[in-house]
Amino acid sequence: MAEEAQKEKSMILQKEMISSLFSDLSRAKELGKKVCYTFIPGNLSELIRTFDMLPVYPEINALQSAMRKKSAAYIKEAERNAHSEDVCTYVKCDVGMLMKGNLGPTGEKIPDPDVLLLSYTGCFTFLKWFETLKREYPDAKVIMVHTPYQENGEMTPEMTEYMVKQFKEEVIPQMEEVTGIKYDEAKLQRHLVLSAEAEDLINKIFQTTKHKPSPIDAYFAGVYYIGPINIGFRGTQQAVDYYKELYSEIQERIRLGLGPITPEGEMKEEKYRLVVEGPPNWTSFREFWKIFYDIGAVIVASSYTKVGGVYDLGWRHDPERPLEALAEYCMNCYTNMNLPQRIDLLKKCIVDYEADGYVTNSIKSCNSFSAGQLGMMREIEDSLEVPVGFIESDLVDPRYFSYSNIKNRLESYFQMLDQRKKMELEEV
Amino acid sequence: MKSLDSIISECRANAYDLNFSRAREWKEEEEGRVLVGYMPIYFPREIIHAAGAMPVGIFGGGDDKQIIKGDAYYQSYICHIPRSIIEIALDKHLDHVDGFIFPSICDVIRNLSGIFKQQKIGKFVKYMDFPQNFLPEIGGVFYQQEMSHVLKYIKEINGKDVTTEALNHSIELYNRNRQLIETIYNVRQDFPWRLTIDEVYCIVRAGTVIPVEEHNELLEQVCTHISEDIGDPQDKIKVVVSGAFCEQPASGLIKAIEEAGCYVVDDDYMLGSRMILGDIDASTSHPLQAISTAYIKQSQYSSSIYDVHDPKENRLAKIVKDRGADGVIFAAASFCDPSLLDAPIFQNAFDKMGIRYIAFQYSENINQYKVIKEQVGAFSDSIKLWEDEPAIPAIEDKIK
Ligand code: SF4
Ligand code: SF4
Repeated sequence: MAEEAQKEKSMILQKEMISSLFSDLSRAKELGKKVCYTFIPGNLSELIRTFDMLPVYPEINALQSAMRKKSAAYIKEAERNAHSEDVCTYVKCDVGMLMKGNLGPTGEKIPDPDVLLLSYTGCFTFLKWFETLKREYPDAKVIMVHTPYQENGEMTPEMTEYMVKQFKEEVIPQMEEVTGIKYDEAKLQRHLVLSAEAEDLINKIFQTTKHKPSPIDAYFAGVYYIGPINIGFRGTQQAVDYYKELYSEIQERIRLGLGPITPEGEMKEEKYRLVVEGPPNWTSFREFWKIFYDIGAVIVASSYTKVGGVYDLGWRHDPERPLEALAEYCMNCYTNMNLPQRIDLLKKCIVDYEADGYVTNSIKSCNSFSAGQLGMMREIEDSLEVPVGFIESDLVDPRYFSYSNIKNRLESYFQMLDQRKKMELEEV
Repeated sequence: MKSLDSIISECRANAYDLNFSRAREWKEEEEGRVLVGYMPIYFPREIIHAAGAMPVGIFGGGDDKQIIKGDAYYQSYICHIPRSIIEIALDKHLDHVDGFIFPSICDVIRNLSGIFKQQKIGKFVKYMDFPQNFLPEIGGVFYQQEMSHVLKYIKEINGKDVTTEALNHSIELYNRNRQLIETIYNVRQDFPWRLTIDEVYCIVRAGTVIPVEEHNELLEQVCTHISEDIGDPQDKIKVVVSGAFCEQPASGLIKAIEEAGCYVVDDDYMLGSRMILGDIDASTSHPLQAISTAYIKQSQYSSSIYDVHDPKENRLAKIVKDRGADGVIFAAASFCDPSLLDAPIFQNAFDKMGIRYIAFQYSENINQYKVIKEQVGAFSDSIKLWEDEPAIPAIEDKIK
């Protein structure tokens, strides 16, 4: 009982944060706040807050539409309007939603953007997405930040300097112009202190999966855990409080030796520990998750929870170097890392979290993740001799989620894991 | 002077040579020569040339190369070109190429650079991050740093320092190259029957795999030939082809469009060779800066360059007008994000401007064009039927 109550507290906190954001958004004009549309990878939450703007994340709108079973209609609407069947379905879902009145999860209209902040990190589609939105919102100011790719697996001083120059000479002056607020570096630094604190906590939270049984699922539940840090609350006391609460709840689960909570209650037996690469499917999120928890498969680490920032390797926002910290943050998101880096990170997860297997969920319409995944998988399989599984689905287009195909594939994969476990036991 | 036919067949052989034989010969002619492969769309080849190396355009396997290994690297819903590039690399067609450059055009090419790194193909693999900041003092400086990295890689192989004179000389050669290519397009604008678009394509593409000096010589000769009144005009409409800038349509498809009744008076097939509009200043003491400024200020629009300051739909509309074209054919490689994501932007704008268009998708390895040919034929017929109507009523305002 005590544990249930604790579980609810972090969820309640999160719910409150999100609904307060949407409520503020619906009253943005009244509150005299400017609205900034931006993306999760490389999101400059602290800077947006420094200028008292309210963030809108089109990806979040899209995934929420999918979970509310509205994405199919939105996608159709976009496809009727010359959008190809074969491109990122987040974009089409967002465009379709816009064409249908841009109603958010609360049923209220999401306000039009004053700023389209394109700190595009790790994905070219972001660029095309905002080119599309710019045509819909001709009065919005587009602020572009080019994040260099970690092509050599490093963030060089040159790359950081390039970004800092963009902040100083383009981003900040334009934000000042739109909001009428003077840039206050001390305020930004205060946000960054809180960011680093939340990052420490979320890192500790995801490290708890080292325990056996793992007290959490780092993919299906992980996507909820990354909510606050990714959708505009990084840099706030609210986020710190949320993560403290969550961490203490998880500590309690560890103390009691409990496994992860699933939509159908607590997972009783941890049979397989997996690392998952790729975003989840949102249209059938529950069914997808169920295939895993029914069989006792828990995800101990996932690349998707790192799209909004990679904190496993020690990097944190440094308030002493505020603009440099923002630059490094953008460059250090998962899809902005080169393929060898991604492979190393996933291998580290498999080893550190003692995973039994590695599963790729390849998303049909997301090249940022999907292009190269097969090579990554082969390399991981060869070097760690870990059984690998491969499934295909899509983010928000229900046409590309085939429950039976995915279930069959995963069942064969779990059988393989079983055999492997038996062989290992025999060897012992 | 060579005959036009022999130039065209020489160019065709080079353009589609998956062994990159002329580059190989060039390398073997002298000790210490370096070949640098680059992927679509654009790379400032001037700097490779100035470093004593030769740039080699790698534009996929076309419809000649059977894909066996490449499919194991790419899911079916990813365009075809990365799998054919991997295939030709793993089949050792690229063994004489020393280093590889992957321009920042999309996530697929970007991640392909990671596969090359992981597979340790070549002596260097450079993902070339083109600036999306268009201020010379910010994006321009970053671009110059990116170019310097490439020069450093080449120097590690051939030990050569690049001089200002060498860079300016290379800039001049490539300026000439672009001027000559534009001359061909300009002549074809009025006399499209003098060379087919497929011939133009081979001539331009050959330039990506042979030394620029040789290419310039061939281009000069082509220009001389087509200044004569050769060929017979046919009753065809004029179109601009847009969206085919990376994965290349097979030669048969390029031909099919003209055979179906459309003279292609401009296109972006070999956009990289025509990316910079006009000359780059070849007389400065900072040639890298000159190249970077030209990129920032004189680039053709592209699906990979953020266009907020200069909307691409207006730029394409201007090309349509300037070339006197009757319409546009949007040809996108299947699953090509940049091209397909641009399509609604263009098409919505063209609906308003009254520019006629059709759209289809292709794949480099598909050589069945019946349906596309029918679609293009119908497009051409419909435009001929409306011949008396003003073709492009609303463009004028838009492109001012
Ligand atoms: S392609 Fe992938 S990373 Fe890019 S916007 Fe779409 S879902 Fe996000
Ligand atoms: S065809 Fe399009 S998606 Fe494919 S590599 Fe080229 S630009 Fe990228």
